[in-house]
Amino acid sequence: MSTRTDTLLSVRGVETYYGKIVALRGVDLDVHRGEIVTMIGANGAGKSTLMMTICGQPQARNGQIIYDGQDITLMPTHEIVSRGIAQSPEGRRIFPRMTVLENLQMGAALVDPSLFDEDLAKVFKLFPRLKERINQRGGTLSGGEQQMLAIARALMSRPKLLLLDEPSLGLAPLIVKQIFDAIRALNEEEGLTVFLVEQNAFHALKLAHRGYVMVNGNITMSGTGAELLKREEVRAAYLEGGRH
Amino acid sequence: MEYFVQQLINGLTLGSIYGLIAIGYTMVYGIIGMINFAHGDVFMIGAFIALAMFLILTTVLGFTFLPVVLLIVLIVSMLFTSAWGWTVERLAYRPLRGSFRLAPLITAIGMSIVLQNFVQITQGARVKPLPPQIQGGITLMEGSTENGTILVQLSYMQIIIILTTVVLMAGFTLLISRTPLGRAQRACEQDRKMASLLGINVDRTISLTFVMGAALAAVAGLMFVLLYGVIDFYIGFLAGVKAFTAAVLGGIGSLPGAMLGGLLIGLIEVFWSGYFSVEYKDVAAFSILAIVLIFLPSGLLGQPEVEKV
Ligand SMILES: Nc1ncnc2c1ncn2[C@@H]1O[C@H](COP(=O)(O)OP(=O)(O)O)[C@@H](O)[C@H]1O
Ligand SMILES: [Mg+2]
Repeated sequence: MSTRTDTLLSVRGVETYYGKIVALRGVDLDVHRGEIVTMIGANGAGKSTLMMTICGQPQARNGQIIYDGQDITLMPTHEIVSRGIAQSPEGRRIFPRMTVLENLQMGAALVDPSLFDEDLAKVFKLFPRLKERINQRGGTLSGGEQQMLAIARALMSRPKLLLLDEPSLGLAPLIVKQIFDAIRALNEEEGLTVFLVEQNAFHALKLAHRGYVMVNGNITMSGTGAELLKREEVRAAYLEGGRH
Repeated sequence: MEYFVQQLINGLTLGSIYGLIAIGYTMVYGIIGMINFAHGDVFMIGAFIALAMFLILTTVLGFTFLPVVLLIVLIVSMLFTSAWGWTVERLAYRPLRGSFRLAPLITAIGMSIVLQNFVQITQGARVKPLPPQIQGGITLMEGSTENGTILVQLSYMQIIIILTTVVLMAGFTLLISRTPLGRAQRACEQDRKMASLLGINVDRTISLTFVMGAALAAVAGLMFVLLYGVIDFYIGFLAGVKAFTAAVLGGIGSLPGAMLGGLLIGLIEVFWSGYFSVEYKDVAAFSILAIVLIFLPSGLLGQPEVEKV
């Protein structure tokens, strides 16, 4: 498969280990500019490991990760993200003893400070709840607010590629809808490229242009969101009761 | 009453020095969860460099204007201790990051022994004197007892020490709470992996933390040498233990805690010597360490471990 010019992220044969335990067994996938791509898979399939491997923690033992034409496989994390990748990681990882504002300032750590106010206004427009909580400590926010903050913090770095690891986990359906609407708006209005990992397959596949299914460290299926939603294997494994 | 006030002043002065050293312990602990046992010796080396610089500047080069001398001495000794702090972290701690928790503790003790022995061999084991540089002071109170009059003195030296400490503390608090560097340090404290995901160079931030702690220890070293006029290779151990106690008492990881703890330890030590016995003044600090660790492990201003969400 050749690297197309519109490919922003290309993962080739990536294998990741935790010590001797293998978590990714040769993953291949592409994310093109302007796309929302999702990867669904059961708990423990290796989704978060892939997200973190893209960011270099842990690093892939074999294979290659090409971002924007550059091999980033073995770069240190801070250099990878400085090229325009932002992640809202599994578990949100909000700094608990920092305020909402400070968390957002951390997100903008690599951005020209003169752009801060403008970017802040943007994320507050997307998530008005955060504005009300601007001086509250991260650790005291509700789950939904923390998720919004994690996404907002990622956006503050002005990313070209946004990685979202299970943003719907543990949240009420209404909040999930808000968050997914925000992701769609970012993609449609700003052309932001999004790579979204989810267990909540129904919403994710509806939202995404294309999707992959991961089982036990391998990609087992891929296709457009609509195609995957129709596949019997997907419905049986990931959509039981998921359509709320 | 006069005696009490005098002891109070002396205690605050000594406590300022402990507080400045304690910041180095508390910041390093905050960011990598390790007690840097070599930190007391950074203070000691700071004092030695200050003394050497004083002698070079005043007797060899013939400088006489004290403020300039003080400034040069301070800068040189801060540069040296910063370089040392940076090197120790690089050589002895960073390669062990991610290995078992006690490993860097053992190398820390190793670094401490190396430094103490180096100074002992090159400078000799005897105390080194520095003639008094800043003399005089203000008489605050005068009282009379049956043995004659008793004066409460606030020396210029004490004024300089307390003022410098206040200014440094204020500056430092602002640095940590308001600047991007301070934010990055706090972020690394709370979640190192997340900080790196936001583009923070974690290794560099940790190095800078060591450098800052070492620079403050140099300030404390200079104050110590000016205040007491004698130093030896062993001062780092005692002052280190007391400053560490101060950090634990204030709540390890807490910046205001370190300062408060430092002042309290200074006061306790001075009052203990003043009212009970000078011989056992060091025991006071050690006893407090034990008591705090048993009954108040998170210290006066420390936060109990926050659960990561
Ligand atoms: N830090 C770790 N150390 C060891 N094994 C891990 C670690 N993180 C994840 N794993 C293992 O790797 C596999 C994939 O985990 P993960 O990527 O978190 O899956 P998912 O995000 O799809 O639920 C699991 O078997 C998990 O137990
Ligand atoms: Mg996961």
